[in-house]
Order: sequence, then C-alpha cells, then structure tokens
Amino acid sequence: MAELIAKSALAGHAPLTLAATTLAEAPMTQITAILPFPGGAKAVAAALRPFGLTFPDPNRQSVNGAMRLVWTGREQAFLVGPAAPEMAPGLAATLDGAAAVTDQSDGWAVLTLSGPLARETLARLVPLDLRDTAFAVGAVARSGLNHMQMILTRSDTATYEVMVFRSMARTAWHELAEALQTQAARLDAMS
Amino acid sequence: MRLTCPLCGPRDRREFYYYGSDDYLNRPAEGDGPQAWDAYLHLRDNPAGITHDLWYHDMGCSSWLRVTRNTVTHEIHAVDAVAAPAKGGAK
Ligand SMILES: [Zn+2]
Repeated sequence: MAELIAKSALAGHAPLTLAATTLAEAPMTQITAILPFPGGAKAVAAALRPFGLTFPDPNRQSVNGAMRLVWTGREQAFLVGPAAPEMAPGLAATLDGAAAVTDQSDGWAVLTLSGPLARETLARLVPLDLRDTAFAVGAVARSGLNHMQMILTRSDTATYEVMVFRSMARTAWHELAEALQTQAARLDAMS
Repeated sequence: MRLTCPLCGPRDRREFYYYGSDDYLNRPAEGDGPQAWDAYLHLRDNPAGITHDLWYHDMGCSSWLRVTRNTVTHEIHAVDAVAAPAKGGAK
C-alpha cells in the first residue's frame, strides 16, 4: 500500500507574532472521539483508568502527561495527544460496546494563540467571559469563533488552543490574525 | 440575551438557534388524523406571558433545550434539556 504522509490543515504556514503574541498552528496530534453509549459510563471509566484519564465533566478536560481527554459536547469527548495512536487500538477494543470510538484527526485544524494579547484577541471573536474567574487555566468551551464552531481550551495563563473544522482553517487563521493585528495596533497607538 | 445551558452554563444568544414553540415535541401518534397533524405543524398559541420554546445549542454542546420565558417581561424562567439523561450513561 502507498505510504501516505499526513499533512496538517495549515502545513507550511509561518507563525505570526505581534506584540509578543504568537498565532501558530499546533503540532499535529491524534484526535479520537469517544461517545459513551447509554449505560456505558461505567465501562468507559474502567477503560480509561489504566491511562490515568477520566471522562471529563462539561467544560473540563482530563489530563495525563501529553494525553488529554477534552469535553467536546453532550456525551462526547476527544482524546487528544501524541500518545493516542499507540493507545487508541487497545482503548478501542476495551471500549467496544461501551462507546462509539472514531478517528477525527484529519477533521480538525488546531491553532494556538499565546502571549499578552491572546485573551484580548479572542475576546473580539468569542462570545464567552474569558476572565480568570470564568475561564481558568484548564477550562474548555464548545463555543463560536465569530461564525465558526470552535473548541477552545485555556492551556496556560496566556495560551489558548483553538480547534475548528479543518475546512475552516484558513478562515480561522484570517479572523484571528486580523483581531491580533487590531489589538497590537491599539497597543502601539497607546504607547 | 443569555441562556443558561444545563451543560455549558450561561451563554450568549449567538450560540443558540431558535426553533419555535415546543409543540414540536408533541408529535402525533402513528395513525392520528389530518387534524392532529395540522395542529402539530401549524397551530400555535401567541401568549402574552409564559411560553415554551425549543432552542438548539448549535455553537455549544449540541443539546436541544426547552426554554420557559415570559413574552411580556422577557424573563427567562427555565432552560431544560429535552433529552433525559441516559440511565447509567454518560453525564
Ligand atoms: Zn450547551
């Protein structure tokens, strides 16, 4: 069989840094959707335990090293991380009958926005309260990035991860780059 | 305007899609006559006061929600998930 090379949605796109804030495409990871069947919660919890993960509550993620299980909707979570390809086959076997498990890796574009203007930039596009009290480090939200559906994770104090449908990658980049430019220009004008 | 999704919490109106009266939840039974289907599809109350709507959290968790609100005061009284949580299933 032909050896196919996986390409990310924005492969070759250089990062954009303005006012010490950087918009970049995240390194490619495996993304596996886990949707527990009715009555499957216990079996799902048992299958996740050896991997040090729990099925996340809404707006949360369960993290073990580089592996994350991110809440992405009603009775749905995404297993994200470089370790996922090795664990996914075993997990899929133990989850058989307890949850629907599908590979979503090529369906999403993942961007990171990091730096002092990250939050202000997102606030132009995202209808969420992004202050620390409402959206702390580790928080997850399924929300909108302007008109696009989005999964937003606050990875660190000044770092956010934005997941959009792969077909929206360039639009998401354009929206975020424009919002970051606006914020950087405003900072320039004030200094 | 904000709705408090039972899963996601308080969210902006932009995240939701409005579907109309919750009459759509009361689908006629198989074999019901044309009048029942006509009522289901077309007959709607237009209350000054409490009303029940269907909303879809399309930019959020993809839940169908039943919203109880007041058309006079614009108060939102309740937002409930249409789907009952599956017994022993995921949260
Ligand atoms: Zn929701």
